[in-house]
Amino acid sequence: MKEELIIAGFGGQGVLSMGKILAYSGVMQGFEVSWMPSYGPEMRGGTANVTVIISDGPVSSPIVHQYDTAIILNQQSLNKFEERVKPGGRLIYDPNGIIHPPHRSDIDIYAIDATAEAAREGNLRVFNTMILGGYLKVRPVVTIENAMRGLEKSLPERLHHTLPANEQALKKGMELIRKEN
Amino acid sequence: MKEIKLLKGNEAVAMAAIRCGCDGYFGYPITPQSEILETLMSQKPWETTGMVVLQAESETAAINMVYGGAATGKRVMTSSSSPGISLMSEGLSYLAGAELPCVVVNVSRGGPGLGTIQPAQSDYFQAVKAGGHGDFHMIVLAPASVQEMYDFTQLAFDLTFKYLNPVMVLADGVIGQMMEKVELSEGKPRVDDESIQRECGSWAATGRVGGRPRNIVTSVELDPDIQEAFNHILAAKYARIEQDEVRYETFECEDADFVLVAYGSSARICRRVMEMAREEGFKVGLFRPITLYPFPGDVIARLAERVKGFLAVEMSMGQLVEDVRLWAGRNVPAEHYGRCGGAIHSPDEVYNALKSKLIDKIK
Repeated sequence: MKEELIIAGFGGQGVLSMGKILAYSGVMQGFEVSWMPSYGPEMRGGTANVTVIISDGPVSSPIVHQYDTAIILNQQSLNKFEERVKPGGRLIYDPNGIIHPPHRSDIDIYAIDATAEAAREGNLRVFNTMILGGYLKVRPVVTIENAMRGLEKSLPERLHHTLPANEQALKKGMELIRKEN
Repeated sequence: MKEIKLLKGNEAVAMAAIRCGCDGYFGYPITPQSEILETLMSQKPWETTGMVVLQAESETAAINMVYGGAATGKRVMTSSSSPGISLMSEGLSYLAGAELPCVVVNVSRGGPGLGTIQPAQSDYFQAVKAGGHGDFHMIVLAPASVQEMYDFTQLAFDLTFKYLNPVMVLADGVIGQMMEKVELSEGKPRVDDESIQRECGSWAATGRVGGRPRNIVTSVELDPDIQEAFNHILAAKYARIEQDEVRYETFECEDADFVLVAYGSSARICRRVMEMAREEGFKVGLFRPITLYPFPGDVIARLAERVKGFLAVEMSMGQLVEDVRLWAGRNVPAEHYGRCGGAIHSPDEVYNALKSKLIDKIK
C-alpha cells in the first residue's frame, strides 16, 4: 500500500493540521509516513499545501510532483494541482468558492460540501475533519478508530474536549461526499 | 521506554538535545529552523534536566556564548540557517582554533545573500571547505531523515567531545520542516561537574581543583613556530578523523552501471529515482555520503574503476559534484543535476537528467 496525497487550500483552513492528523493516523495503523508542508511566503496569507505519504514500506522521496489523491480547498489549488493527479487517481474538492470545477475524465472526482455543512452546524472548526472523513470513505487507508487516535495525538490536550465533535464530523463527512463523474 | 513520535526534523533536533544531556543551547530564530528554538522553549528543559536555552541578540552573540560554554567543558550547541551560519563563521574558526567541542546545526536555505527561506543544499562548500578562516575542518554530518536529525544530534555530541572540534549537522529546509516517525532514545542525564572535571580537566576552564596547572582557552598564538606546530597537531587530528569517521550508505551499487551521488534530502529523492530506473531495466545505484567531511572519496574511487558514470544530485548549481569529480578521476564522467534557489527537484526531473546526461549518451 502506498498513498501519495496532497492537501491544498488557503492558509488558516487547517490544511497542515489535516495532513498531520492523517499522518499520525497512519503511524497508529503501523505505516511509514512523511508529511512535507509548504512553508514559504504562501503560508503567510495565501495558499498552503502539504504532501502526505502513507506506505507499508519505507518512504523514499518525501517530495513528489504527482499524486494518487488531491484534496483541494480553493480555486488556486485546483488550478495548480488538478493536472498533477495521477491518471486513475482521485480529486476531492469542496465546491465552496470554486468557480471553475475540475474537468478531468481520467480521474475520479468527488465533491464534499463541508464548508456549507460546518457553517450550517455553526462549528467551522470541524470543517477539515469532515473533509478527512470524506476522504477516508473513498480511500480507507486507515480505520476510523486509528483516525480518531491520530486526531487525539495531533490535537493539544487543551482541545481534547473537541474529540467527540470531531468524531461526529468525521462521520458526517463520510455521508456528505459524493462522486461527480 | 522507547517512545515513537511524529516530529518535524527541527523538533527532533530539540528533543535529541534534551535527551542527550545537552547543557546549553544558544540561538537566534531564522526560517526554516526556528522550531528548534521554539520546541526547546516549549519543552522547558531548564525545569527538568537543567539545560539552559537562551535566545541571543544575534547569531554572532550565540556562537560566542557557545564558545564560552564550551570552554568550561559543557555540552553546548547552536543552530541556524545559511545567512545565520555565515555570521557564525568567525566563531567557528575560533572554536576550532581553541579546540573546543560544540554542535552546530545548519538547516540550510537558498542563497547567496539573504536569499530565500526555501530549502537548498548550497552550503556544501561553506560547511566542508570553508566553515571559517584558517586551516581547519568541521566534521559534517548530513541527515536524510527526521530519525537521523535526532540520531545525528547525539552522534555530533559524541564526536565533538572525542575530537574537541566543532561538528556540524548539515540539513536543509526539507529535512527540517518535514515530519516522520521518530524513535526517541531514553534520556541521558547531563554530565555532572565532577565528571566534567575528570574528563575535561586537562583543557577546560573548570576551576583549578587540586592545584592543577592553569588551563588557558585561546586561539591566539603570535609565535609562528608555535602556531605552525599547532597546525600540525590539528592536521594529525584531521588525519585521524579521515581514517576513522567516514560514514556512508550504498544502495544497489554492486551491479550498477550508473551511480547517483547525493546527500540529505536529495538522497531521499534519489532513492525513488533509483527505483524508477531499476523498474525500466537500467542498473542504477545510489551512493550517499553521510559524513561530508570526512568525505568518503575512496568508495567513489573504487566505484569509478567499473561504473560508466556518476550523477551528483544536489539542490545547488554544483558543489558536491566537485568532490565527486576529484575522486572519480578523468576516465569516468561525473555529471551534475540540481534545482536551486529554493526549488526542489522532483524524482521525475532527476530521472530525466540521469537519462539525458548519462544513460542515453553512454548506454
